[in-house]
Amino acid sequence: MKIPSGKVFRNDAYAKVTGKAKYSDDLKFFNMAHAVPVYSDYIHAENLQVDTGAAEKSAGVLKVITAADVPGSIRFGQIDQDYCMFAEKKIMCAGDVVALVVAEQRSQALSAAEKVVISADPLPVVSDPEAALSPESPIVREIENSNLMNHHKMRRGDAPQELKNCDIVLQEEFSTQFIEHAYMEPESAVCVPRQDGVMEVYGSMQHPFSTRRFVGALLGEPLSHIEVYQPPTGGGFGGKDDTAAIVCARAALAARLLNRPVKLTYTREWSIRESYKRHPYRLNYKVGIEKSGRVKAVQVRMISDGGPYLSVSPWVNWRSTAQCFGPYTVDNVHADVLCVATNNPVTGAMRGFGAPQVNFAVEQISDIAAERLGISPLEYRRINMVKQDGETVTGQVLDTHTVSMEQVMDRVAGEIAYEEKLGRCSRGTSEGDELYGVGLSISYRGSSLGAEGMDFCSSVINCQFDGSILLETGIHENGQGAESVMLMLLAEQLGVRLDRIKYKRSSTSNVPDGGTTVATRGTIMGGGAVTAAVQKLKQLMADNLYDVLQCRPEEVRFADDHVLGPDSDSKITWDEAMQHLFLKRVYPYAFGSFQAPDVSWDEETGQGDAYFTYVYSCQAVELTVNKSTGKIKLQNVVAAHDIGRAVNRAMVLGQMYGGITQGIGMALSEDLEIENGKFAHLDLNHYKIPKARELPEMTGIIVENPDPQSPSKAKGIGEPALELIAPAIANAVYNATGIRYRDMPLKVNPEDLK
Amino acid sequence: MKKLPIELTINGRAHELLVSPKETLLNVLRERFHLTGAKYGCGIGECGACTVLLDGLPVLSCQLLAVMCNGKKVVTIEGLSPQEAAAHPMQDSFVEEGAVQCGFCTPGMVISATALVEEKSEPTTEDIKVALRGNLCRCTGYENIIRAVKTGARKMKEV
Repeated sequence: MKIPSGKVFRNDAYAKVTGKAKYSDDLKFFNMAHAVPVYSDYIHAENLQVDTGAAEKSAGVLKVITAADVPGSIRFGQIDQDYCMFAEKKIMCAGDVVALVVAEQRSQALSAAEKVVISADPLPVVSDPEAALSPESPIVREIENSNLMNHHKMRRGDAPQELKNCDIVLQEEFSTQFIEHAYMEPESAVCVPRQDGVMEVYGSMQHPFSTRRFVGALLGEPLSHIEVYQPPTGGGFGGKDDTAAIVCARAALAARLLNRPVKLTYTREWSIRESYKRHPYRLNYKVGIEKSGRVKAVQVRMISDGGPYLSVSPWVNWRSTAQCFGPYTVDNVHADVLCVATNNPVTGAMRGFGAPQVNFAVEQISDIAAERLGISPLEYRRINMVKQDGETVTGQVLDTHTVSMEQVMDRVAGEIAYEEKLGRCSRGTSEGDELYGVGLSISYRGSSLGAEGMDFCSSVINCQFDGSILLETGIHENGQGAESVMLMLLAEQLGVRLDRIKYKRSSTSNVPDGGTTVATRGTIMGGGAVTAAVQKLKQLMADNLYDVLQCRPEEVRFADDHVLGPDSDSKITWDEAMQHLFLKRVYPYAFGSFQAPDVSWDEETGQGDAYFTYVYSCQAVELTVNKSTGKIKLQNVVAAHDIGRAVNRAMVLGQMYGGITQGIGMALSEDLEIENGKFAHLDLNHYKIPKARELPEMTGIIVENPDPQSPSKAKGIGEPALELIAPAIANAVYNATGIRYRDMPLKVNPEDLK
Repeated sequence: MKKLPIELTINGRAHELLVSPKETLLNVLRERFHLTGAKYGCGIGECGACTVLLDGLPVLSCQLLAVMCNGKKVVTIEGLSPQEAAAHPMQDSFVEEGAVQCGFCTPGMVISATALVEEKSEPTTEDIKVALRGNLCRCTGYENIIRAVKTGARKMKEV
C-alpha cells in the first residue's frame, strides 16, 4: 500500500527524536572495560620502539596492546592488504595507532595512554604528490618501488592529434582540497565475547560485512566466528568503512585478549586524526573545441593524493576516469588519472567518490568555453551533453533508460530564470557593496559500483502465522532512511499495511553479504532484491492459494491487505492467507537476489559499459560577493535530479538538501589544513561545516523517469546531490566578480575586486 | 580527588549525588543516569549534540561542570515531553517533517528548538537559524529541520 504523498515514513524516527535510539557509545555491558588509542608525534619514521611498562603499571590498566599482540594480520584492506591496524616498525602518517590501552575506566585508560613511551628515527616526509613521482623522492610504501599507487587511463580516438586541429584550445588547471566527512558521531565500538566463542561487534559503521572482514583479519578468525550488529549510525557519507571497521577490530582484539566486553569510543580529535579523507586532486585539462561549439578533443591529467595506504583509491580514481569529462559526448579523449602515495592522511571513500573533483573542473570549463564561443552556457551544454541513444566518453550507448540530461537542465534553468538572471550579473561592477552572480552546473552519475566491483544484493521476507512480516536486506541503515525505503517497497508491492512489517535488526549472521552500502546503491540494489523476493513470495502464495480463491494461479492478485482472485468477490484477508498457508505446511518465506546488469571495462583504453544506468542532475545558485570583504553569500539554490522514481519523497528532498550543503561546505569553508603531513587543527571549530545561518533557500525538484534497469524503477540520490554545487558556485562567483577561481575552497580576496 | 555533594533535579526527579570537580554534566547524565539522548559530538561546545535544558535554558552539557549545576533543574530529551506516553509536539514535528536522518544531532536540535519556541511562540526562519547556530547537522542541510521547528511552534500553541 502506498504512503500518502507528502507524508514521510521512517521506522527509526520516534526512537531518534525521543533519545531512545541507542548508538554504539550508548551501549553498556556488564563488566565492560574501556580502550583508548595511542598515537605518536611522528609523521614518517622507522625503528619504532614502544615502551608500555609505565602505562601497564598505571591504575586500573588491564593491558596495553601493540602490534606484537596481534594473533591475525596486522595489515588489511579492501583492495591491497596494506592498511596498518597497529604500527609495527614504521610510522607512515599522523593517524597511525601504535598501541591500545585498556583499563577498567576510560579515565584510567586516558591517563595511562600518556605514559606510553614512543621512540623512532624520523624519515623525510613525502607530502607533495607531484614531487613524490620524481625518481629522487623517498619511497613511502616499502612494498612498491615507486610512489605511484594507481594509474587509470582512457584512450579514445586520438586527442593529442585532434587538439592541433581545433579552433579553440582551452588549457585549464584546477585543484581541490582534503575534505573531512565530519559525521556527527565519532567512531565507536563495543565488542562482547559470547560463550559459544563468537565475538559480537556493535559499532558505528557503514557496512557490517566489511567490518567483519577487518575484525576477522586482525583476530585471525573465520567470518562465522564474528557477528556484527549495526546500532544506529550517526552519519557516514562514505567515511565509516576502513577506519570505523578498524576501530571495531581493535576493540574486538581487546575483548578477545581480556575475554570481557570492551568499548572503544573516539574523541573528535582522534576521529579527525585517524579517519580517511576525500582525495585532493590537481586537474589539468586541454579542451579542443570547434567553432560550432562542439568539443572535439579532451586531454586530461589528474593527480590525487592517496596517503600511505591504498584503501579504495583505485576505485575512486576509476570513477574520475569513467566520468572524466562530465556528462558530455566527446570522440577523442586522452585521460590519465594517477594516485600517489604520500605521508599525508589516508584518503578513501567519500560521498561523491572522485566525481566532485572532476565536476569542479569540467563544469567551470563549460562556462569558460561558452564565453569564448560567445554562446549561452546552456547552449554549449546542450550541444555537447549526452543524449538519448548517444554515446558516453567510454563508448557506452545510452539506450536502456531515459536520458534526461536536457530535461533536468531545463527544469532548473526555468525555475531559477537562469538566462534572464545571467544578463543581470555584475561581472565585477555594481553600484552598491554587493556583486551579484548566478551559476549553474550539470552532471550525470553512474549508478552503483559499475565496473569497479561485484554488484549483487539479497533480501529475505519471512511472513509470520499471525500476519506480521519480517524483512531484511543486505543494505544498511546509515541514517539515509534505507530501511524505511525497503519497508515501503515491500508494503507497496505486496499490497499490505506498512505496520505489518518490521525490519529485522541487522546482523552479519543472517542475510548474505549484499556488498557495501555505498555508491548510491542502497535503493537501487536493495530495492531490486526486495522486488525479487516479493516476486518469489507472490508466486509461492499464488500456487498455494488459487484453489481457495477459485481461480488460476496466474489470476491471484495482492492489494488492500488482501489476496484476491480476478474479481473482487473472491478474496481473503492477508491474515486468512497466512493461516491457509501454515495449515498447508507451506512457509510464506522468500529469498530474493538482484544482480546488477552486466557492465564492462577495458583497462588499456578506458572504454566499456561503465555503469548499468545513470542519474541526471542540474544545480544552480544565486549569490552575492561583498566588494569590501570578499564574503560570498548564497541566496538561492535550485536542484533537479532524475532518480527514476521517488519512494520516500521527503527523504529524497532531505538527502538533496544535505548533499547540497556538504557541497557548499566543500566549495566555501571546509579545509583541513595539513602541512608536511601534520594537522594544524583537530576540531570542528577550525574545520567549518556549514551552519543553518550560512545556507540559502533551497528548492529541490524530483524528476521521475522510471528506470527499466531498476526492478523498483528507482535509482538513488545520495551522491548526485553533492557532486555539482561547487562548480555552480564557482561559475556564479565568476559571473559576480569577473574573476575565475580554480582552487577550492573558493576565497575571494577583496584586493582582486579593486 | 575529593568528591563534592550536589543536588540535581533531572526530568522532574530530585537526586543527591557525589561528583568529582572535573566531571561534566554530560558525563553525569550519560554514565550515571544512562540518559544517553544527549550526545558527545565534539567535546568543545561546537556541535550542540549535548544540548539539554538547565532551568529552562539550553546549555551545552559537555562544557558545563556538574558542580555548577548544584540545585538546578535539568531536562533532557528523554524528559522533554510532560507526558510519559506521548511525544512532545516538537518531537512529533521533527518526525512529520522528515527532519531526522542519522539522528545524532536530533536530540540537541529538538531541545534548542523547544527552548526557542518557549521564548518566542512564532519564530521566523531567521529566528530559527539564529537559535540553531550552535547545533550542527551534517545530513539534512537544515531545510526540513527549519520546517519542523515552524510546525512545532504551531503545535505548541495548540496544546
